[in-house]
Amino acid sequence: MKALRNYMDKVKPHFMPGGRLAKLQSVYDGMETFLFTPNSTSQSGVHIHDGNDLKRTMITVVVALLPALFFGMYNIGYQHFLAIGQPEASCWTMFFYGLLAMLPCIVVSYVVGLGIEFIGAQIHHKEIQEGFLVTGILIPLIVPINTPLWMVAVATAFSVIFAKEVFGGTGMNIFNVALITRAFLFFAYPSRMSGDAAFVKTDAICGLGEGQVVDGFTGATPLGQMATHVGDTLNINNVVGEPIGTCDAFMGLIAGSPGETSMVAILIGAAILLITGIASWRVMASVFVGGLAMASLAHAFPSPTYAASMLDPLAQLCYGGFAFAAVFMATDPVTGARTRIGQYIYGFLIGVFAILIRVYNGGYPEGAMLAVLLMNAFAPLIDHCVVSFNIKRRARRVTAK
Amino acid sequence: MATIKLKKGYDLRLKGAIQDHDIANATVSRLYAIVPDDFTGIVPRMDKKVGETVKAGEPLYHDKNFESIKVVAPVSGTVKDVMRGERRKIEQIVIQPDGNNDCVHHDLSRPAKEVLAESGLWAMLRQRPYDVVPNPDIRPRDIFVTAFDSAPLAPKLDLVMGNAQQYLAKAVQVLSTLTDGKVYIGCHDGDTLSVPGAEVVHFSGPHPAGNVGIQIANVKPVNKGETVWTLDIVTMARIGELFTTGMVSHDTVVALTGECVETPRYVKATMGCSIASLLGDAPRDNERIISGNVLTGNKVGINDYLRAPYRHITVIPEVNKPDEFMGWASLSPKRFSLYRDFTSWLTGNKRAVSMDARIKGGERAIVRLDEYDNMLPMDIYGEFLIKAIIAFDIDKMEQLGIYEIAPEDFALAEFACTSKLELQRIVRNGLERMRAEMA
Repeated sequence: MKALRNYMDKVKPHFMPGGRLAKLQSVYDGMETFLFTPNSTSQSGVHIHDGNDLKRTMITVVVALLPALFFGMYNIGYQHFLAIGQPEASCWTMFFYGLLAMLPCIVVSYVVGLGIEFIGAQIHHKEIQEGFLVTGILIPLIVPINTPLWMVAVATAFSVIFAKEVFGGTGMNIFNVALITRAFLFFAYPSRMSGDAAFVKTDAICGLGEGQVVDGFTGATPLGQMATHVGDTLNINNVVGEPIGTCDAFMGLIAGSPGETSMVAILIGAAILLITGIASWRVMASVFVGGLAMASLAHAFPSPTYAASMLDPLAQLCYGGFAFAAVFMATDPVTGARTRIGQYIYGFLIGVFAILIRVYNGGYPEGAMLAVLLMNAFAPLIDHCVVSFNIKRRARRVTAK
Repeated sequence: MATIKLKKGYDLRLKGAIQDHDIANATVSRLYAIVPDDFTGIVPRMDKKVGETVKAGEPLYHDKNFESIKVVAPVSGTVKDVMRGERRKIEQIVIQPDGNNDCVHHDLSRPAKEVLAESGLWAMLRQRPYDVVPNPDIRPRDIFVTAFDSAPLAPKLDLVMGNAQQYLAKAVQVLSTLTDGKVYIGCHDGDTLSVPGAEVVHFSGPHPAGNVGIQIANVKPVNKGETVWTLDIVTMARIGELFTTGMVSHDTVVALTGECVETPRYVKATMGCSIASLLGDAPRDNERIISGNVLTGNKVGINDYLRAPYRHITVIPEVNKPDEFMGWASLSPKRFSLYRDFTSWLTGNKRAVSMDARIKGGERAIVRLDEYDNMLPMDIYGEFLIKAIIAFDIDKMEQLGIYEIAPEDFALAEFACTSKLELQRIVRNGLERMRAEMA
């Protein structure tokens, strides 16, 4: 470490104002604070500080996302080999295929997003902030695997600039940055974001997974099938036309965006977020309660016009991006409600709207993304109402005298 | 009155607590000093020039706005130096003691308010709103006294008070004449203090239960347009002594604590004595001397002086892990954190911890939820109030309760803040600007 410290000290002058690389000063500062906890000590106020900082907080969220990421990689391989009729391929082959499929998207997301953050930090002479560490991994997890990389790049750039930097950077944004990326893709390139061709990768990568798709292949996700469903009995099939049930959806071996399919992986992430106390259990629990309530209501009045209403309420929570949104998107503290009572209302309404959109709006097979974005917009209003009770209570104290 | 149970807050257990409650004598201080910054709200106008002699208890300076309010010398001697900083702001008034200990006797037949102001004890009172020395033109609604200090490593106030405890009843008698309301004394749960004429309220729970602001908020909150006075029980005992004997005692007991103090102990000293007389002359490299506790105290050097409230010194390491490699990734349970994304909670956070003065992170926007509210046992939305102060939205600040708070109430939240915001400075700025706006 000593050698590294010496090296950092040696190159430091180049990055300081007047140095050759002064334009990269914030990058250097970012690197230095990443490698070494700054020795700077408190100059005003308290003399001791808690060991925690935003770096740790953000990295913990990334760790919580890893089970979903790894499972997502495996599932991409699994769906691919299923589609080409080689379901006997080894577990590692499937995982490796998925890794190769996802890696470019992860790289593009980080390079574009962090690049913009670095430039922004340098322009404003600020420290580089950690928010994009989480966003950068969320984006590959929620965009369909067949999305062209240039689309990912454009959408990431759009959302980092217009959903985050213009509001003042990490901690200041009104809408969840990763979801804005997804929404941008969804509305700008709708044909690539849903339907048969979006969610299952069928081409070989670097010679891995060569083969022809089997007859009867369909790449539609379970929710996609429901949106186009006709008839009185609900049948959901996997990519080769075999029927699948809630158990498959719970495990996650179904078609969908990489991170969203496995309830198991998401619940592991949820446990990490809740044990470390980073995510609000109030939000997370009330999203599930709201979703369950709305799903039960829909299920009480099943209608062939809205096929998803025929789905069992618990199954409803396992399909699509509902659980992922509940655990990782709704719990974003920056864009959500910040008062305790507000968190219950905020979460509950996300759950309700997610299922409402999913079931009753044929145009959008999945409603979780739109529900979270909608409630992001309402979170300040919810907080305002909750805080105004405190204000009224205080005002009453004066008049009650 | 029943015990008020407070749940929010945290009792930080630092290394360097006092084990032995014996009180030794400090070595004699060669110089003494008064720091005007300790008396927030007073604009100093000097009464004494350099070279003039003063008695213990004789005014050194008075307030520009309320001339009756005086700040006095703690010892008799000569004014050696008036140190000024930028824009001739008075930073320290240094006194060379003569060792005679001549003391001013006050004429107790005068109105209590005048005696208090003249004696220098008025300057040790504070008022809410604004947490400044009280305005003598305003009669307070109530007077709140805290009888314990719950801050990390804080001294036991009954030890600091010593045998001055006998004067408490007299003090209550005097203070009751200055308010139309009651004199409340906030005691720690289990303490058996009973003072005739005062309303004793017991509090249980972690720090900041001992902060008088927290006690007010849970007994009878300050509303817009109201003023209450606050003080600690040691000052109250001094007031009682003044109105019994006619003299103010400037003796105090100081707790020397913190992991860099060889044997943490209590010593008897005089207000404004030099730090060297308490800790010894040896230079303390890479150590931080704090006059006060780790949350609200002032950073001082070995050549500086004991600061108000004149009862506590903490010495902690400045940097105990220089160039810590990727500290944010640490899995060590020794890296103390209130949060469970570090591992120290697995050990129960029971053992006393070592903490240095590093900030351990960069300043960020507020991200994590409930950080301030968990540390603030008041009916106040701390985070929303802080945001209103930063935006200087006067209406919002009023509505959210700025009149009820002092910087010290946010000290624990500042410690806990993952975004490393300087909350006490923000609150002080907000209070000062608010006071200027309302004047």
